[in-house]
Amino acid sequence: MSRMTTEQAIHQALAEEMQRDERVLLVGEGVATKRGDLVRNFGTARVRNTPLAEAIIAGTAVGAAASGLRPVIDLLFAPFLTYAMDALVNSAGKLRYLSGGQFEFPLVAMSMTGSGWCVGAQHNHNLEAMFAHAPGLKVVMPSTVADFKGLLKAAIRDDNPVLFFTDLALLHQEGEVPDVADHLVPLGQAAVRRVGADVTLVSYAKTVGVCLQAAEQLQAQGIAAEVIDLRTLKPLDEATVLRSLRKTGRLVAVTEASGLCGMAAELAALAVTRAFDALRAPVVRLTGPDAPGASSWVLEQAALPTAEAVVEAVQGMLGDAVVVREALATT
Amino acid sequence: MKIEDKKRVLREMVLHRRFEERCYQAYIERKIGGFLHLYPGQEACCNGVMEAARPGHDYVITGYRDHVHAIKCGADPKAVMAELYGKETGSSKGRGGSMHIFDGDKRFMGGYALVGGPFPLAAGIAKAIQLKGGDEIAICFLGDAANNQGVFHETLNMAALWKLPVLFVCENNLYGIGTSIERSTAVVHQHKRVAAYNIPADECDGQDIEIVYEAARKAVDHVRSGNGPYFLELMTYRYRGHSMSDSRGYRSREEEELWKQRDPIFILRDRLIKDGAMTMADFEALEKETDAYIENEVIKFAEESPEPRVEDLEKYVFADRATQLPWLTGKAA
Ligand SMILES: Cc1ncc(C[n+]2csc(CCOP(=O)(O)OP(=O)(O)O)c2C)c(N)n1
Ligand SMILES: [Mg+2]
Repeated sequence: MSRMTTEQAIHQALAEEMQRDERVLLVGEGVATKRGDLVRNFGTARVRNTPLAEAIIAGTAVGAAASGLRPVIDLLFAPFLTYAMDALVNSAGKLRYLSGGQFEFPLVAMSMTGSGWCVGAQHNHNLEAMFAHAPGLKVVMPSTVADFKGLLKAAIRDDNPVLFFTDLALLHQEGEVPDVADHLVPLGQAAVRRVGADVTLVSYAKTVGVCLQAAEQLQAQGIAAEVIDLRTLKPLDEATVLRSLRKTGRLVAVTEASGLCGMAAELAALAVTRAFDALRAPVVRLTGPDAPGASSWVLEQAALPTAEAVVEAVQGMLGDAVVVREALATT
Repeated sequence: MKIEDKKRVLREMVLHRRFEERCYQAYIERKIGGFLHLYPGQEACCNGVMEAARPGHDYVITGYRDHVHAIKCGADPKAVMAELYGKETGSSKGRGGSMHIFDGDKRFMGGYALVGGPFPLAAGIAKAIQLKGGDEIAICFLGDAANNQGVFHETLNMAALWKLPVLFVCENNLYGIGTSIERSTAVVHQHKRVAAYNIPADECDGQDIEIVYEAARKAVDHVRSGNGPYFLELMTYRYRGHSMSDSRGYRSREEEELWKQRDPIFILRDRLIKDGAMTMADFEALEKETDAYIENEVIKFAEESPEPRVEDLEKYVFADRATQLPWLTGKAA
């Protein structure tokens, strides 16, 4: 195992994939300035700064992907993706289908988002669900350092357009990454971060940490929470979520993104349409508010689901069962 | 410019400079969060143009390097600083932060973090002016790199076609973050790109406020007289990094020194001294006085102001009659 930050893991993934496959290129505002060693190793033709113009960055990536290259584009902050929306949604996501399967669009669009830096709503907007809603696009949003590396490498090798979101609050976290030659984490597989039989907490990105904290607090009360980290939002690993639900009968879906039409809603739908018989309590969604991200630290933090809120929700779901368990735990 | 105006503008420019330097300090002290983009070096641009225009009457929109533009339009420096501190008394009630200063009352339309976003908004503001038949103009201040967004060209075309009363001011400081203009833009002189749309365009020194003022007067007259859009490119330089996490490795200290020799404040100060309108001692007193004002009033206000209330997290998302503001209903006048 090697210890590194998310930022370093992302850099390693890029370097390894560029080394492995000369069709991979990295394009975006300031990418060559930021990643000088990649320029030295792979040249300015493959590591390319661009003008400030997201629509053309994404558009050329789609054209290049259709023509056999595997572009990775860095669009900096997620709200900037809306400038690239046409190329990503209308072209990358649809042209394979529209051409009757004649073309592939192996490209990765990276961006950062999330609260933690007080940068305000035009830099902080978790719009991952927006892309999950668009056909033909895959959506990845890791939480651990190892997954940042493994999922980015897998995304670059995927033959489909992948939106790769980095929760900016996780950028400087440290973690262990396996030293194997090719650390890959397949798209579409959730990870069970903690095993438990009483309730299933499902999340992704920074709120996985919130769920783990909550699980720790619940443990002290004799409640065993299972924590699932989705890692890939699309394709959604339904099997892992359903397997857990069949065991626990209780679902709390936690996202930083707002709730309406979001991933938590999707998880709730999955639970009631595919595991209704197993449910022992109504599903709970804990999400960000339906409001733009404020720059004020106080408001930004208040918008985040907290471990305390998760604990409270679980206690509410378990109802009388909590009391019994607490009694058992103290005897 | 008249002597009295020059003296007043010098005062303002010193305030703008010291305000920004104090923001830097507060950021280091972690009183201000988020991204912070400072204006020192470029003061003659905003001041020169707005002296030729009518602050508080004309509509102004800009990017994220917006504190000085807001203050020049009439925003209270206290409210701007409180906004940077994320306080409820801030000009955007702590919701927007440094990059999103707004003051509707003073017709300062923001404060926009997505580069290029203000271009079409400026056209829309100009369209509204045109329809309402007022003598206001819309002024859009943006950087050189912003012109590479497609929406720049879409806006120019429509503004020319519809003869919109909008003045585009390009503050060309030679860099977009760490990318020099030669490396990002096929045509370095931005006014040349505009010629294709039949929009009159001019380029001038952005460090000498009197040169900016003269060029801007011509520009403003053109637009206000109903002749349609105008594009003014001002050659300038920002002293500090793009934002706070920039060590300026992409340019030399010599280049920076060269520009600092043409400091907009010193150019104006020295001219006033040479004309016998003020002394060096006057200037030093002015700086002290400005610092005292910033410390005792602006910073004090920001520090002592309350944080936004958590219960108000979802306030201001949608419009409703009860909270509608006078300048939106048009009933104010
Ligand atoms: C749509 C969008 N893309 C990228 C960015 C990141 N970004 C912020 S400022 C900037 C450079 C802008 O340079 P310029 O227009 O010359 O203005 P200056 O900062 O020099 O005043 C970039 C690339 C952004 N904020 N918005
Ligand atoms: Mg610039």
